[in-house]
Amino acid sequence: MSTAYAPAGTPTAGRPTARRRPSATRAWLQWLLRRLGLAVLTLLAVSLLVFLATSALGDPVRAILGRDYAVSPERVEQLRQTLHLDQHPVQRYLTWLVDLLTGHLGVSAVNGLPVAELIGGPVLNSAFLVLIVAVLMIPLALGLALIQARTRGSWLDNTISGINLALAGVPEFVTGILLVALFSTSVFRLLPAVTVIPPGQMAWNRPSSMILPVATLVLAIVPYLARILRANLGEAMDSDYAELARLKGIPENRVVLRHVLPNTLVPTIQVTALQLAWLLGGVVLVEYLFNYPGIGALLVDSVRNSDFPVVQALTMLIAAAYVVVNLIADALSILFTPRARTGMVA
Amino acid sequence: MRTLARDPKIVIGGILTLLIVLLAVLGPLFAPHGEYEVVGRPFTGEGSFLGTDYLGQDVWSRVLYGGQSVLITAVLATALGVVIGGLLGVTAAYAGGWLEEILMRTNDVFLALPQILVTLLVLSAVHEPAAWIIVLLVGLTHVPRVARVARGVALPYVTQDFVLSAEALGESRARIVIAELGPNLVVPMLAETGLRLTYSIGMVAAIGFLGFSSDVGAADWGQMTNENRLALLVQPWAVLAPVLIIALFTIGTNLIADGLGSRAAKGAE
Repeated sequence: MSTAYAPAGTPTAGRPTARRRPSATRAWLQWLLRRLGLAVLTLLAVSLLVFLATSALGDPVRAILGRDYAVSPERVEQLRQTLHLDQHPVQRYLTWLVDLLTGHLGVSAVNGLPVAELIGGPVLNSAFLVLIVAVLMIPLALGLALIQARTRGSWLDNTISGINLALAGVPEFVTGILLVALFSTSVFRLLPAVTVIPPGQMAWNRPSSMILPVATLVLAIVPYLARILRANLGEAMDSDYAELARLKGIPENRVVLRHVLPNTLVPTIQVTALQLAWLLGGVVLVEYLFNYPGIGALLVDSVRNSDFPVVQALTMLIAAAYVVVNLIADALSILFTPRARTGMVA
Repeated sequence: MRTLARDPKIVIGGILTLLIVLLAVLGPLFAPHGEYEVVGRPFTGEGSFLGTDYLGQDVWSRVLYGGQSVLITAVLATALGVVIGGLLGVTAAYAGGWLEEILMRTNDVFLALPQILVTLLVLSAVHEPAAWIIVLLVGLTHVPRVARVARGVALPYVTQDFVLSAEALGESRARIVIAELGPNLVVPMLAETGLRLTYSIGMVAAIGFLGFSSDVGAADWGQMTNENRLALLVQPWAVLAPVLIIALFTIGTNLIADGLGSRAAKGAE
C-alpha cells in the first residue's frame, strides 16, 4: 500500500491535529479517490507502453502484410491509411487514446471486421472461464489450508505441502499437457482434449470441454494459494489471542473457525487478488493449449498475424481488469481492517 | 553451508536441477542421432526408444539437444532480471524520497501487465525474434517484480546503525548499496533468483510452445511441445518427454528457491 512507502521515523507524530476531524467514511472516500486517480494514471502509462511496443518496434504494415508487402503497393497504401500511419506518432497516439476512451476500438488490420465485434464473444468466454476458476479456487485452497492447519506436522499436512510445493513451480501449459495425456489421450479417454465449439455458440453450452481448461488453471493456482493461506493460518494459530481462546476452554475447531480464520481474511483477499491478476495472463497459454475460444487464443492468433488493433484492445482490457482487481482488493482490505479504517482519520 | 545440505527440499531440488542441467549440457555428446537427422517415418516408434517426431526426427536425440537453448536463455534472463531489479529495488529503499516514489510508481505500471502479455506485445512487432530479444524480454519482465521484493528486503536495513556509520565515515552511496547493504540481502535474493529461474524456464518454454522461437525447427524443449502436440494421441512421447523434463526442472528449481526462502525467513527473525 502506498502509505507504507514513508520511511520509518518520518515526523508525522508532531503534526498539529486538523481543525475538523473528518469522519472515517470521508477519509475512506478520499483514499478511494486518490487510488482511482492513481489507477487512471497507471492505465495511461500502460497505454503509452502498449502503443510504443506495437507501433514503434518496426513497421506494422510490413509485419501485417508479410510477403504481400513487396507485391501490392495499393494494399500497403490502404493499410497505412487505416492505421493512420501518415500522421505524426504523437498525434496517432492521441487519436488512438481518444478512440479507445470513447469506445471506438477500430477495425482488425487482417480482416477488416470491427474489433469490438471480434473480441466480444471471446471476452465473455474468458470471463466465464476465469469466473469458474475463481469460484472453485477459494474454497479449495481454503479447505486444503484448513485441513493442514488442523493436522499440523502430521503426514497429511506434510504430503499436501509437498504436492503443493511441487505443483507451484510447474508452468501451466505443462500441467495442461499432462492432464490431456492423462484424461484424454494416453491413459484414459474420458474428456475432450480440445474445446470444440460451433461458431455462434458460447463456451458454457459445452460444459464437458471446459473441464480440462478449468482443472489446469485450478491446479496452477490452488497450490500457491493454499501454501500462503496455510502459512497465514499457522501464524494466527500461534498467536496470543488463539492461545487465550484455548485456555478459556474453547474447542480447537471453534478456535480455528471463529478466532483464527477471520484474522486471515485480509491477507486472503490480497493473495486472492494477486492470483486473479495472474489468472488474466495465465488464461493465454491455457486457452491456446485447449483451443478455448477466449481472449488468450485470440491474442496469440492476433500476435501471429500482427493484428495490432486487436492486440492493443486486448492488452488494454487485461491491464484494466488487473488494475480494477487490485483496487477492489485494496479497498476491501481497508474496510475489513478496523485499525486501517480508523487510522485514516487520525 | 552445511545446514543447507541438511534441508531435504534443497537436497532433492539440487539433485533434480543438477541432473537436468547435466542432461542439457552433456546431452548432445550422447545423442544417438543428429539434431536434424531423419531416422524414420513421422510419429512412429522408429528411431530410439522415444520414437520419431513430426518430421521423422529422433525424439530422444532432440531431447538431448534441446536443453541448451532453454537453459542458456533462462539463466541469462534470470541474471539480467535479478541484477537490474535488485539494484533498482535496493537503490529505491536506500534513496527514499522522490527517487523511491518515481521508481516504485513506474514499477506499478509494469506490474499491471502480466509477463506473458508484455512478451506477446513485443512479439507482435518482432517476428522470429533473435535469441537475445527473448533473453531481454524475459529478463526485463522480471525487473519490476524483483525490484519490489528487493526493496522490501532492503528496507529494514537502510536505517540500521552500520549503514548510518558507513555514511558518517563518508563512504560513497554506490559502495553502501553494494558493500554494506548487499551482503545482508544475499540469502533472500538467492531465494528470489531461484523463483525467477523457475519462472524463466516456464516463460522460455512457453514462448517456444506458442511457436515464437528464435530458431524455428531447432531442437528446443518448448518448441518440441508445439511441433508435436497434435500427435499426442498417436505418438505421446514426442510431447511428453520434453514436457516431463520441463516439469522436473521447474520442480527442482522451485524446491531450491523454497528451501532458501525459508532460510531467509529464519535469518530475518
